[in-house]
Amino acid sequence: MKTATKHSSRREFLKTSSGVALFIGVSGILPQLVSCKKTDKVRAQLAKHELTAWVRITEEGEITIYNPAAEMGQGSMTSLPVLFAEEMDADWSKVKVEFSPQEVEIYGSEGWAPGSKLMFTVGSRTTKSNYPVMRKAGAQARHVLMYSAAKHWNVPISELTTANSNVIHEPTHRELSYGALVPFLKMPDILPDFTEDQYKNPKDYKLVGKRIPRTEIPVKVNGTAQFAIDIRLPNMVYGVLERGNLHGSQPTLNNQTEILALEGVLKVIPFDYAIGITATTLEAALNAKKRLKIDWSESQATGYNSQEIYHDYEKIADSKKNGKIITEQGDVKKAMRTAAKTYRTDFKNDYVYHAQMEPLNAVIQVSAYFNSAEVWVGSQQGTDTKLGVPKLLNIAPENVNVHLQYLGGGFGRRSMNDFVEECALLAKEMAPRPVKLIWTREDDVTHGAFRPLTLQRLTASTDKDGAITGLSHFVIGDGGNLVASGIKNHHYNIPNQWAEWRETSHGVRLKHWRSVGHGTNKFAIECLLDEIAMDQGADPIELRRKLMVKSPRALATLEKATEISDWNGPEKAGRAKGVAFAEHGSLGTGVCEISVDQKTGKIKVHRFWVALDAGVIVQPDNVKAQMEGGLIMGMSSVLKEQITIVDGRVQQSNFDDYQLLRMEDIPESIETALIPSTSIPEGVGETATPLVACAIANAFLRLTGKPLRHLPFTPERVLAVLNG
Amino acid sequence: MPLFTLNINNKEHRIDVAKGTSLLWVLREHLGLTGTKYSCGIAQCGACTVHIDNAPMKACVLPIDSFADGQRITTIEGLSEKGDHPVQKAWIEAQAPQCGYCQSGQIMQAVALLEENPNPTREEIKEYMNGILCRCGTYLRIVKAIELAAENKTPIT
Ligand code: FES
Ligand code: FES
Repeated sequence: MKTATKHSSRREFLKTSSGVALFIGVSGILPQLVSCKKTDKVRAQLAKHELTAWVRITEEGEITIYNPAAEMGQGSMTSLPVLFAEEMDADWSKVKVEFSPQEVEIYGSEGWAPGSKLMFTVGSRTTKSNYPVMRKAGAQARHVLMYSAAKHWNVPISELTTANSNVIHEPTHRELSYGALVPFLKMPDILPDFTEDQYKNPKDYKLVGKRIPRTEIPVKVNGTAQFAIDIRLPNMVYGVLERGNLHGSQPTLNNQTEILALEGVLKVIPFDYAIGITATTLEAALNAKKRLKIDWSESQATGYNSQEIYHDYEKIADSKKNGKIITEQGDVKKAMRTAAKTYRTDFKNDYVYHAQMEPLNAVIQVSAYFNSAEVWVGSQQGTDTKLGVPKLLNIAPENVNVHLQYLGGGFGRRSMNDFVEECALLAKEMAPRPVKLIWTREDDVTHGAFRPLTLQRLTASTDKDGAITGLSHFVIGDGGNLVASGIKNHHYNIPNQWAEWRETSHGVRLKHWRSVGHGTNKFAIECLLDEIAMDQGADPIELRRKLMVKSPRALATLEKATEISDWNGPEKAGRAKGVAFAEHGSLGTGVCEISVDQKTGKIKVHRFWVALDAGVIVQPDNVKAQMEGGLIMGMSSVLKEQITIVDGRVQQSNFDDYQLLRMEDIPESIETALIPSTSIPEGVGETATPLVACAIANAFLRLTGKPLRHLPFTPERVLAVLNG
Repeated sequence: MPLFTLNINNKEHRIDVAKGTSLLWVLREHLGLTGTKYSCGIAQCGACTVHIDNAPMKACVLPIDSFADGQRITTIEGLSEKGDHPVQKAWIEAQAPQCGYCQSGQIMQAVALLEENPNPTREEIKEYMNGILCRCGTYLRIVKAIELAAENKTPIT
């Protein structure tokens, strides 16, 4: 049923020849049409009403849809507009997509707290969180167009239909395109809310679930896609910071006079943790950065050696002192006491770094009177869509304009806006000249914010029939949810479960890294399952099948993966398959096939299969691309990537000593099967990555009989295991 | 500051920069040819790949004073007028890019490969493309795009 909400007290609306902006309250509040060219008018409207502005239509029928999410390669520039255009019945060939303004009141989707709003492209929430918003706004846009046509023709709205950007009145064989309707647009008094059965029937979908080429790909192959690092402005100066490689350390600069005398150098700007330099050119700034003579103070991290800390972590795991309890289900202690057999295993995970290909950067211009700022940035946004700039510079939020650019990779790093704040402080010093702050790759690595180092201690109990009755999981590490996410087993029927986080702290910067704690916790859980299966002489798929009895959707992915990987088929000599299951919004089972060079210890992944249930699939090809990307990033981190800390200092600094997976190490194929579903779409960006460590280790166990329990599986470590 | 003359995308550019400045900074920050990307600065990632007389080179480690007269530099902007070079078309067909940041370098390297070897095997593709990193993990689609472009048999230049 259509439900009426508020009445409009204001019916007039503004039109311009270049099109009108259709503002539609997603909560059914007052719709308005406002001149799209006059931004102050729009703002005034938006200040008065809680509105959502999603689409602009010109008389020529050009439709511009605003995307509220960051685009970092996950396809938001297409998936969200597709949802909108589908319900609007828009002609996709006439649709253009632009980033929406960074105004959370207008463009935010439901936040974590009830009633709150967020523009935060994290946790693979893009499609899921915006799904209801975009569908409803699209359906409301269509309703306004139909209402206007009904008034224009003086016919009941119930006699109208739409197709491909046209409103049609079948009884009189009349039709008007959306563009042609622009001069006749009228606002209904009430704007309907929609219930599920009033949305388009999925069998009529023309866009959702189809192979729609991504809208932003053409600019990404001709070099014109604009990243923040590409911004150039008149009078712009360059900023760099030297931050050292000991996190939390404070600098004392010993040669300021010499630096200031260098050609092109404008200012030396001290930070608590760094020395900033501004210069007329980037090369001058970088040259000056190299010549800085800085003494660094000790910090909390001083004395910390990451590769030796595991002994301490083992002691913490041994201790009787509980940490923060995350899962307490049934009676694990009793399950262990009464078990026919128990298994105890530790898993270790070194630090990993984001390595997004575009180093952090931003361009900011503060006005001469310090009362407004323009910000160009590739950000995953934040709880504050103005990225901390208003508070830092004491400028009213409405006077801070954030121009979101394409992100050259995010993976969690760009949901931390330290680089934006740095640039804001430099820009304040240089006002009104704009400042481009660039982190060199060395800055990006040494002052990185890593996925935390952890130790997982897992203990499982089985009964006399071999069924798993209890699972206890301690994670030891720094960073709360950064280490604890993914520790829960929603899909395994294990009656007694216990999970807790035991905290450590080393003063090393940490951050969400694609799939966060799932990467390390699933590694531990899934490998333990296979170690149990091996001990029981059971098939790892069969063991999981039993555990998934109460989770049919998870089980369906397991069955599908078994099928497409030909799990039970013959294996080539020297190869073995391994399986793993993970959930991160969507549910996925992955299978990989590997071989090992016994002389070098190098693991080769030959093929990967994944079966995924992600609810409604908006863009199937893009979901597959996310699986491919997530798995390859997973392989990279699992086989190669490692940040080590010696005496608090980050030991790596660039891609020569922090190796990423290259073309030579890619698998022959990655095959994705998508399970059909009508459930709400779930995130897909972080489900594949955590499958990799466990699938590879499980394949290795089946191949060699030996477990891999410490990430990354570098050739040296693998050799040590083989020879151990 | 010294004045340098470079031929970039068939146009003469006169540039006033400090000796030793890398071609990458000249392209990006002085000339606004920002399709060529910075990522590592030490010839490890290939994001900055351009063609010097048709050979793929890493612009981040080429000082501006190392160019000889008459050397031709081609960047992604000079590859085609409308983004419709056969390799670019194949890239769209394969829906290769994710974040897109590495893709100019990937495409420049792939074009050079196909000019040298119009029908590369998979192993040859992997070997030739090995110097160009992609953090988003688009490698399989890049291989596919190169195979599409090779099959297409359209002359590459
Ligand atoms: S920026 Fe030149 S190779 Fe990485
Ligand atoms: S597409 Fe993002 S780094 Fe290659």
